[in-house]
Amino acid sequence: MSTVIRELQYSLAINEAFHQLMASDPSVFLIGQGVKSPWYVGRTAEKLIEKFGEERVIDTPVSENGVTGAAVGAAIAGMRPIVVHPRVDFMIYAFDPIINQAANWHYMSGGNANVPVVIWGIVNRGGEQAAQHAQNLHAVFNHIPGLKVVMPSTPYDAKGLMVAAVKDNNPVMFIDDRWLYGEKADVPEEMYSVPLGKGIIRKRGKDVTVVAVSYMAHLAHQAANSLSESGIDVEMIDLRTVKPLDTELIFNSVRKTGRLVVADGGWKTGGFAGDIISLITENCFESLKQAPVRITLPDIPAPASSDMEKAYYPDVNSIISTIKKVIQK
Amino acid sequence: MYSKEVLKKLFTDMTLIRFSEESLVEPILNGAIKCPVHLYSGQEAIAAGIGAALTENDSVYGTHRSHGHYLAMGGSLREMIAEIFGKSTGCSGGRGGSMHLYAPEKGFQGAAPIVGGTISLAVGAALAHSIRKDGNVAVSYFGDGAVGEGVLYESINLAAVKKLPIIFVCENNLYSTHLHINEIRQNDEIYKIAEPFGATGIRVDGNNVLEMHEVALKAVDQCKNGNGPVFIEAMTYRMRGHVGPDDNIQGSHTDIRPQSEIDAWRKKDPIESFKHYLLDNDVITEHDMDVIEQEIMDKIKAAFDFSNNSKLTPATELGKYVYSD
Repeated sequence: MSTVIRELQYSLAINEAFHQLMASDPSVFLIGQGVKSPWYVGRTAEKLIEKFGEERVIDTPVSENGVTGAAVGAAIAGMRPIVVHPRVDFMIYAFDPIINQAANWHYMSGGNANVPVVIWGIVNRGGEQAAQHAQNLHAVFNHIPGLKVVMPSTPYDAKGLMVAAVKDNNPVMFIDDRWLYGEKADVPEEMYSVPLGKGIIRKRGKDVTVVAVSYMAHLAHQAANSLSESGIDVEMIDLRTVKPLDTELIFNSVRKTGRLVVADGGWKTGGFAGDIISLITENCFESLKQAPVRITLPDIPAPASSDMEKAYYPDVNSIISTIKKVIQK
Repeated sequence: MYSKEVLKKLFTDMTLIRFSEESLVEPILNGAIKCPVHLYSGQEAIAAGIGAALTENDSVYGTHRSHGHYLAMGGSLREMIAEIFGKSTGCSGGRGGSMHLYAPEKGFQGAAPIVGGTISLAVGAALAHSIRKDGNVAVSYFGDGAVGEGVLYESINLAAVKKLPIIFVCENNLYSTHLHINEIRQNDEIYKIAEPFGATGIRVDGNNVLEMHEVALKAVDQCKNGNGPVFIEAMTYRMRGHVGPDDNIQGSHTDIRPQSEIDAWRKKDPIESFKHYLLDNDVITEHDMDVIEQEIMDKIKAAFDFSNNSKLTPATELGKYVYSD
């Protein structure tokens, strides 16, 4: 069977995953705010209601806690729900069903029950939206035993990780970034999975390992390509999954390069970048030629006004200059 | 008038729950049981009356005080006792204790102690029944304390908007741990919270098992006919403390409720009054009752033996079941 591959934008790759998942498994359904809005959650829910009906494409009242709990309960009852939160910030209302219930349920029940739910939160940073429309909370979910956390950076991974997340028997946090929704790349038409917990080397190199996920992986990849022109050979790792972490991929790379930069879209303190650096110092200390470096948001809430916002978010140039500093040391 | 079989089942289930709960008092007081235990004594008519209206295909969710809900659905007594003692043979393999009972094969999806935390899960079970059109219902048990949680209102609204087959059961035992209902609400008619959402709200004598069963059967019917959800407020009283036999500190005899109130409710013991009903109506004889009670005592002894002969879940299993394969 020949595989049809064509260019597809990130949000439509997710949309295609939903169409294929829902067509192939009657237990899959989508629930959350905005699935029947004209915006269709950035086109990710396009034409789903027409095809699968309002019984499986369920728009809801603004009740994040109750709706997420209902998705978790439906998962325990044998369904495979995807519950969408168009802004991660609003999902904070749903910490009880996510952390107390979904993450613990399999363990608390001594393996009696599975919770195959996908909890999908979209990061909406930038655009002068300020502190309650812009937060990136993957470090919080990464902290919780029982959850898996995926953060795809490409259209291919967005589709493949959504398929894998829905098919997984555990609660999976699918966190994506609205800034990626218009990105286009090759995506196979058939349904496929990208395995949870497997990172990928986007660019091989020998001088420094740069680790990132989601939109920061997108930027870091550009930075790595640009640095090749100035003779700096970056090995760029896109983790794709935050939890479980592909530790061997990072360890092997750092053992080769001896240098590590972690570029993360979250805050610095108690963050994902610091966690990776801890793992490296515990496991690869003797390979390090110098201290690892974090590129993160400052420990400050997201501002609205444009000059402050520009200073707040790392961009390709700031990633490049940080990597250069590491190399020149 | 119910069949002799149904009446006998209601009596047996209530007695099983009462005797099981009371069998835990001594081991709690002498320290053999260490996990927090919230006894259901006094509230048996609710679990028994509702449980008898359900099947193993329905989905029941409980709370921190769910021994009765679990047993009334047919959950294994010996696995419950073993769980309370932290044994590997317990219903959650020693990972849950008294507050985490599971018998999904019997329709008891689970209990968990975050107040209000399982309400939305039950709505999700109802949503699953609704999508699958399998004709089954969900039941969410919670106490009067949970009425302070916002998720209850989100859940009633969502269930009402989607006409989900779910019965919300508020067991109003008048105390949210140590606080009387009048200290946490201006209006103590909890059943009235349902109507503004378009759901049916009913208040019922939670110490009258026949009334409970009647209301449960009607609610199940209403849900199955697509006219859910139903909200039941069952008025009752716990005969023991919030946690442990007495109150907040196990074994310290700190029940803060007025003695006159406790005495008045003792006279409304749901099992004693049902016994009178059964005898007055010649449903079963005193001898029949003695036989049933003896069988239950034997069953409880066997459950304790089972637990005593089981091993604590080994430390080597600490990391098992964090993730499902």
